[in-house]
Amino acid sequence: MNPGITLAVARRVLLQLRRDHRTVAMLLLVPCALLTLLWWMFDRDVSAFDHLGPPLLAMFPFIVMFLVTSVTTLRERSSGTLERLLSMPVAKLDLLLGYSIAFGVVALVQAMLAVGLTVGLLGLEVAGPVWALALVAVADAVLGTTLGLFVSAFAETEFQAVQFMPAVVIPQILLCGLFVPRGALPDVLHGVSGVLPLSYAVDSMQRLQESASLTGDFWYDLLVISAFVVAAIALGAATLRRRTA
Amino acid sequence: MVNSGRADHGYQASGVAAVEIARLRVSRGGQDVIPDLSASIRRGEITGLLGPSGCGKTTLMRSIVGVQRVAGGTVQVLGKPAGSASLRRRVGYVTQAPSVYPDLTIDENLAFFARVVGAPPGSVEQTLATVGLEAAGDRVVGRLSGGQRSRVSLAVAMLSDPDVLVLDEPTVGLDPVLRKQLWATFAALASQGATILVSSHVMDEAERCDRLLLMREGVLIADDSPPALLASTHTSDIESAFLSLVDVEVSS
Repeated sequence: MNPGITLAVARRVLLQLRRDHRTVAMLLLVPCALLTLLWWMFDRDVSAFDHLGPPLLAMFPFIVMFLVTSVTTLRERSSGTLERLLSMPVAKLDLLLGYSIAFGVVALVQAMLAVGLTVGLLGLEVAGPVWALALVAVADAVLGTTLGLFVSAFAETEFQAVQFMPAVVIPQILLCGLFVPRGALPDVLHGVSGVLPLSYAVDSMQRLQESASLTGDFWYDLLVISAFVVAAIALGAATLRRRTA
Repeated sequence: MVNSGRADHGYQASGVAAVEIARLRVSRGGQDVIPDLSASIRRGEITGLLGPSGCGKTTLMRSIVGVQRVAGGTVQVLGKPAGSASLRRRVGYVTQAPSVYPDLTIDENLAFFARVVGAPPGSVEQTLATVGLEAAGDRVVGRLSGGQRSRVSLAVAMLSDPDVLVLDEPTVGLDPVLRKQLWATFAALASQGATILVSSHVMDEAERCDRLLLMREGVLIADDSPPALLASTHTSDIESAFLSLVDVEVSS
């Protein structure tokens, strides 16, 4: 690994993004638009918005970053530049980390905008500190990025990559405790939800919404999300092959 | 653009093989694309790899670069197994489709790859001049013509001043003047000790090579210098030589 190369990859990904105005707009504005829609839906029931806002603040950046990252990485694969890079003195982790850093920066901006909008303009009220809300949102967006990087290794076309969205993301949404509290799920599903990273993000968001002080549980959830991020990067590097058929 | 310490690598003596392929077997989807191929590519020469589209040229080149999964045999490049970490700076590879970022400018592309391979300062300008794009550095690659794009891709491969250049159909779609210039560049690089393997399905480029490998259906049907090839097949151009070799093969 070489930090110079890692940063060169991150810089290059951001440079590419800079020319792609439409993607940047989608990345930054879609979560905000969706949260505004939610706020509008609960125009007559502000407490419901307070209840649903935090979990969705974790979810929307996760979904958007997952999609964008998996498709972007796949583009690198299909354009032949990935093969070229892997024939050069690049460590696989340089690539994965470079991508993670670049999209992590985007995720940071995106989560800040979403939190700023919901708390500042839409009047979302949470008991816990706002910075903690932002921290979980960023962690979750980074999680979406790294999972997107990982699954893109299993897709051969951009079309297949998009199909991973319903396969990988929607089960997590269903089981994260938003529709049925995780404690009320059948035992098997409760077990499954315990190994899905989004569950921890939604848990910690719900805790923030209810209690003013940050408990050990909050940090534990954040630690679990970070562990998933690290695991996804490591698995992504392990599944990247220099030699292909 | 060339000269940086190539003599230090200890492969200077002419006649030493830069690439040594022994009993290479590559299969894809249960079928042998290359059943059993042995060849050596000499240092400081331009070797042409000719054959019809689909005959396994790209697969052979990928095996030399070390990005092809192989089923058997060995490929040694500069004395090391193909794809070794220490070769990644010394082997330049240009794929058939230009492998550069369409949404970056030429300069941005080259600056990125220069950092990746640790190319010396000034190498971006030098390689751009070599491929005749010195005035176009700030243009976005996606808006260039196909020929310009492949020249950017070629420039990337030259950045690290590699000892071995593997070029997969680098002159497709280029105008004759530029093609001539590029072949002159290849000759200059080779005269300074670089080993160049160029594939082409255009037989008229063959006479510019020091040596030719003719390939058909995964098998080498000739490995000779262009004049020797013409003499042994009693033909006057490479295309006829190729056809006569195929005839011999089919009838035997």
